[in-house]
Amino acid sequence: MDFRILKRKLEIGKRIDDFLDNVSESGLLFKLGVDSYLKGNVESFEKKLEDITQTENQGDSLRRSLEEQLYMQTLIPESRGDVLELLENMDTLLDRFKGAMWRFEIEYPAIPVEMHNDFKELVSCVVDSVEAMVRSARAFFKDIAAVSDHMHKVSYWEKQSDKVSTRLQRNIFRNNELQLSHKLQLRDFVIHVDQIADQAEDVADKLSIYVIKRSL
Amino acid sequence: MFAFFMSSGLFLGWSLGANDASNVFGTAVGSKMIHFRTAAIWCSIFVILGAVISGAGASHTLGKLGSVNAIAGAFIVAFAAAASVYLMTKARYPVSTSQAIVGAIIGWNLFTGSPTDYNSLTKIVTTWVVCPILSAVIAIAIYKVVVFFISKFKLGIFSQDILTRYGLLLVGAFGSYSLGANNIANVMGVFVPISPFSDISFYGWFTLSSAQQLFFIGAVAIAVGVFTYSKRVMATVGEGIFKLSPVAAFVVVSAHSVVLFLFASQGLQNLLIQLGLPPIPLVPVSSSQAVVGAVVGIGLLKGGRGIRWRTLGGIASSWAVSPIIAAILSFILLFFLQNVFEQEVYRPIKYELTPDAIEQIQTAKISLGGIEHLFGNEFADARRFHKLLSHQKMLVDQNHNFIMASTEFDKLEISAHRFDVINNQIITEKFLSPLMEMGGVVFNHKWQLEDALAARSVYWRQKENEKTHTASLGRRIDYICKVFRTEEN
Repeated sequence: MDFRILKRKLEIGKRIDDFLDNVSESGLLFKLGVDSYLKGNVESFEKKLEDITQTENQGDSLRRSLEEQLYMQTLIPESRGDVLELLENMDTLLDRFKGAMWRFEIEYPAIPVEMHNDFKELVSCVVDSVEAMVRSARAFFKDIAAVSDHMHKVSYWEKQSDKVSTRLQRNIFRNNELQLSHKLQLRDFVIHVDQIADQAEDVADKLSIYVIKRSL
Repeated sequence: MFAFFMSSGLFLGWSLGANDASNVFGTAVGSKMIHFRTAAIWCSIFVILGAVISGAGASHTLGKLGSVNAIAGAFIVAFAAAASVYLMTKARYPVSTSQAIVGAIIGWNLFTGSPTDYNSLTKIVTTWVVCPILSAVIAIAIYKVVVFFISKFKLGIFSQDILTRYGLLLVGAFGSYSLGANNIANVMGVFVPISPFSDISFYGWFTLSSAQQLFFIGAVAIAVGVFTYSKRVMATVGEGIFKLSPVAAFVVVSAHSVVLFLFASQGLQNLLIQLGLPPIPLVPVSSSQAVVGAVVGIGLLKGGRGIRWRTLGGIASSWAVSPIIAAILSFILLFFLQNVFEQEVYRPIKYELTPDAIEQIQTAKISLGGIEHLFGNEFADARRFHKLLSHQKMLVDQNHNFIMASTEFDKLEISAHRFDVINNQIITEKFLSPLMEMGGVVFNHKWQLEDALAARSVYWRQKENEKTHTASLGRRIDYICKVFRTEEN
């Protein structure tokens, strides 16, 4: 063992930060993208789609190199498995944002104007829950005692997004002007977006176990 | 010949290196925090340093328990200890070289009729019981400090990883030093009184005493054990028995190292004496039991669940079982070596109430009430004489020892033709000249020689509170006795 390990440690800490920045950024891009979509601003929407794809690519390559580094250099051997799992789960959240954006691009669903606000609220709750998850993950690496401060917010925003999603689905199916096929398409969209928050909560649950494992 | 007889000590050293090094670096290597090679190098260096610099303290206590005075005897004592360690390890008993060597020495005492110093024995046995308890207490204290430190300074996962790595390496080095200092006595202690080496001075910068040279050889044997065999043991310790997080491992190794150091440090003992506090006895203790004590300490702090009480029961029983097996083995092997291979396993010591001895005892104002009728009698065996003295209720323990020392018969003739044999590295000019003035004189007791030399020269006088001076005088006297001892003994 020599002092190179100190340098590697600084490097890896910074790269994990960059990776979590990517996840957080993808949430913001998703929010802006959906806003543009609802406003009918196709050009702006497509720009956000392009950005989120690029962010996802960066995130993927960062995650891969982090995994390699953790294993090749036997850093944090006792929590290595947990850290890898956390990174992979965070990467899934990133993928889901990108996936949802692409789904808008592919299907171009017609969202009735009276549902725009609820849609925006749903997206906002989902992005907030992922943001809270990103903060929890950062705390896990930097100040483990602070993880719980952020983690309860993940659950809070997940519950909020559940409420909005239920309301939206009810409104969709009680709207007599829509065809059943249209209703089903809209419901799938709502569930697809809401599931991102569910996934964030699952990651948070796992993180709480990693925290217990690391508790002294 | 000495090299051959010392081989059993080296074997014991090797097995100590293979087993006990894993207590120091096992968790770190097993949990992949430190490479095996790094651990082995650090461990070897610091075991050697600890043994050579601070090894004398604990070996002195073993020497008091029983002074093995013939090379073949020392061979058997070390061999019996090594063999019982091997047997017990095979039987999956938690075993300690410290306990085995104490048993083996007692076996030698029983075989040769030498008295066992019960003061030392009580001190040693008490220390064995205290060692894991103390280790548990220290582990709890260190654990609290570490937890406070980590939460206070909000250490991130990677910073904590790095600090733990360096921490493990540092306490590992300290642990190896303490292990060398405390346990080298087990490996080489019995060979110290019969060491053929003389002190080596390195251009006056520092001197390596004969004991230190022996300790160096023993420590190298330990290092060989570390390199050749400890890797497997380390993996078992790191992954199997104690599943500890690296931070907990750091706490355990720290507590273990502190305990071993406490029971080996002469400096600390002197400091406590100076402060008027009761000194810590310098006794070889078991590093495995110190580790188990520390783990249990942390377990208790976390509520006491998941502690394997059976392991603790095993430790308690090994306090009794290992020394008994080693003693029996040592006794039987000594019998064989003496009667089948006709080797001298001990130099018999006679006791005689000579007029000089009686005068010496009376000058010290010790009453001889009850043993006057024994004047002029010879006792071929220390234990019988000791028993006889024990019947005199008037005698307190200390007087008892004084009478034993005063009556020990050791006929020394300072014959001029033996002066050429003297190694002038051990007995330098200033020590030699008063001796040469006494050419032709005959002494019946060792203390007479000491008194005569002290009367002639200031260099041969003891100084108060100077332990190293006393020790080196003792070594010189022993050497002179060896040179001038006559056949009559």
